[in-house]
Amino acid sequence: MIGRYALRFGALGYLAVLLAAPVGYVFWRTFEHGFWPAWHAVTAPDALHALKVTLILAIVRHRFPGSGVFNAVVDLPLALSPVVVGLALVLLYGRGGWLGGHHVVFALPGMALATIFVSLPFVVREVVPVLREIGTEQEQAAATLGASALQTFARITWPAIRWATAYGVVLTTARALGEFGAVSVVSGHLAGQTESLTLYVQDRYQAFDEVGAYASAVLLALIAVATLILMTTLKPKQETR
Amino acid sequence: MIEVRGIVKRFGDFTALDGVSVEVPAGSLTALLGPSGSGKSTLLRVIAGLEQPDEGVICLAGQDVTKIPPQARGVGFVFQHYAAFKHLTVWENVAFGLKIRRRPRAEIRQRVTELLELVQLARLGDRYPAQLSGGQRQRMGLARALAVDPKVLLLDEPFGALDARVRKELRSWLRRLHDETHTTTVIVTHDQEEAMDVADRVVLMNGGRIEQEATPRELYDRPANEFVMSFVGPVNRLGDAFIRPHDVELLLEPNGSTQEAMVQRLVHLGFEVRVELMRDDGEVLSAQLTREQVEALELLPGQIVHVRPTRQTVFQ
Repeated sequence: MIGRYALRFGALGYLAVLLAAPVGYVFWRTFEHGFWPAWHAVTAPDALHALKVTLILAIVRHRFPGSGVFNAVVDLPLALSPVVVGLALVLLYGRGGWLGGHHVVFALPGMALATIFVSLPFVVREVVPVLREIGTEQEQAAATLGASALQTFARITWPAIRWATAYGVVLTTARALGEFGAVSVVSGHLAGQTESLTLYVQDRYQAFDEVGAYASAVLLALIAVATLILMTTLKPKQETR
Repeated sequence: MIEVRGIVKRFGDFTALDGVSVEVPAGSLTALLGPSGSGKSTLLRVIAGLEQPDEGVICLAGQDVTKIPPQARGVGFVFQHYAAFKHLTVWENVAFGLKIRRRPRAEIRQRVTELLELVQLARLGDRYPAQLSGGQRQRMGLARALAVDPKVLLLDEPFGALDARVRKELRSWLRRLHDETHTTTVIVTHDQEEAMDVADRVVLMNGGRIEQEATPRELYDRPANEFVMSFVGPVNRLGDAFIRPHDVELLLEPNGSTQEAMVQRLVHLGFEVRVELMRDDGEVLSAQLTREQVEALELLPGQIVHVRPTRQTVFQ
């Protein structure tokens, strides 16, 4: 019982603080000297989808007090303007904020947080229906056959949801690449450091460097097309399962 | 042997098991019979460790397993809706438990081949569950459960999702399988005919309690109470007396101990005919006759006959 409450608390805590310092700090350290500007957008969802899977399992498998609120919170980013999210993060983590002072705002951790917040619903909404449909019987069968929780997840649950998860990750990536509003507020537009590709496009355009702007825009478009192709190849696989 | 002692299981306000104690002898095939909501499936899941009881003790082969998780109980469980691993082939499904136990590859191959042979799926090993019929899927479920040499085999309404013909086939097949393997088996069912057909012993449950525990024949001939009497077969109730339809005799002439009744309807069920009657005091009852008897009496709806119970049961 205590373990279960700890799990719930952990999952909710994660949402509340939005993966605060540790993960963000690692990102910041990694890209401290400015990497390819769009990198964070791609890396963040990949590194974090595992955490999302944990979260999703918690949503589907356990009816807990406040699960309705929790579900609503997951959808919140779809309804809320990204600029508001960015502003909220600045207030929360910025100088004088409740959790301020750790190089979050105007740095990569802040951008990662903004992107995670905005893309959170995608994986969740893809995987939840699949988990609901498969139910818990297969997992129980695996348990009676001697499989530990970890073995059951690796051999039974994960194979059933992997296509939905992959699809969700691709959607997340697409959303993350195109994210502008929240990142714009949080990043501070530091060229070569915290400038994502979308911000770069705006930057070039405003600097009357039309070639640069168009080239980056084309690159964004190409990535979007590649993502679309990936999505269409993943979708049929998921549906035949 | 399975020993269940004083098991209580509550789901919120609902008490699913209200102090259940029962012993399942080693090597027997026991049916847990009862209407839906009687707690029979919950009891089976408690034995398997899929539910934790609020009170009471479960012993398997003399060992207290109440606190032991399902992984370590050595039970085979067969689910009503098969719980097939959809992304694995039939062969891989059956091999699952052995792979988890890291058995040598040669042993796995031999054991799975044997089991697929036993459940008559040898040619379908590389199919996926979606490509099998319901009956085949359930046989696969059984092979999968048997693969790990379980101490006890637990079946939760295993034939409930199948059509009547396949259900009867699998029932007699399960009985033959049990006669070969002698694995201690518990089967949950709401179908009294199925329980009587397949099991050595029947545990009849109602409202989270055990009503009676007996062989199929005892259960039918010496029911402990009204509930048992009316659950294990059709029954007429006349005042305090319970009469089986096959214990109602029809005569054309009164003989002193008979009562007058009118034939309301004749229902032809092949060899048997069910005669629905209304007595002159307004009581309705049904009688079960053979076709020959009905022809000999030349029964027709609207006809007046004289009825007499040849056997009746009164509970104190």
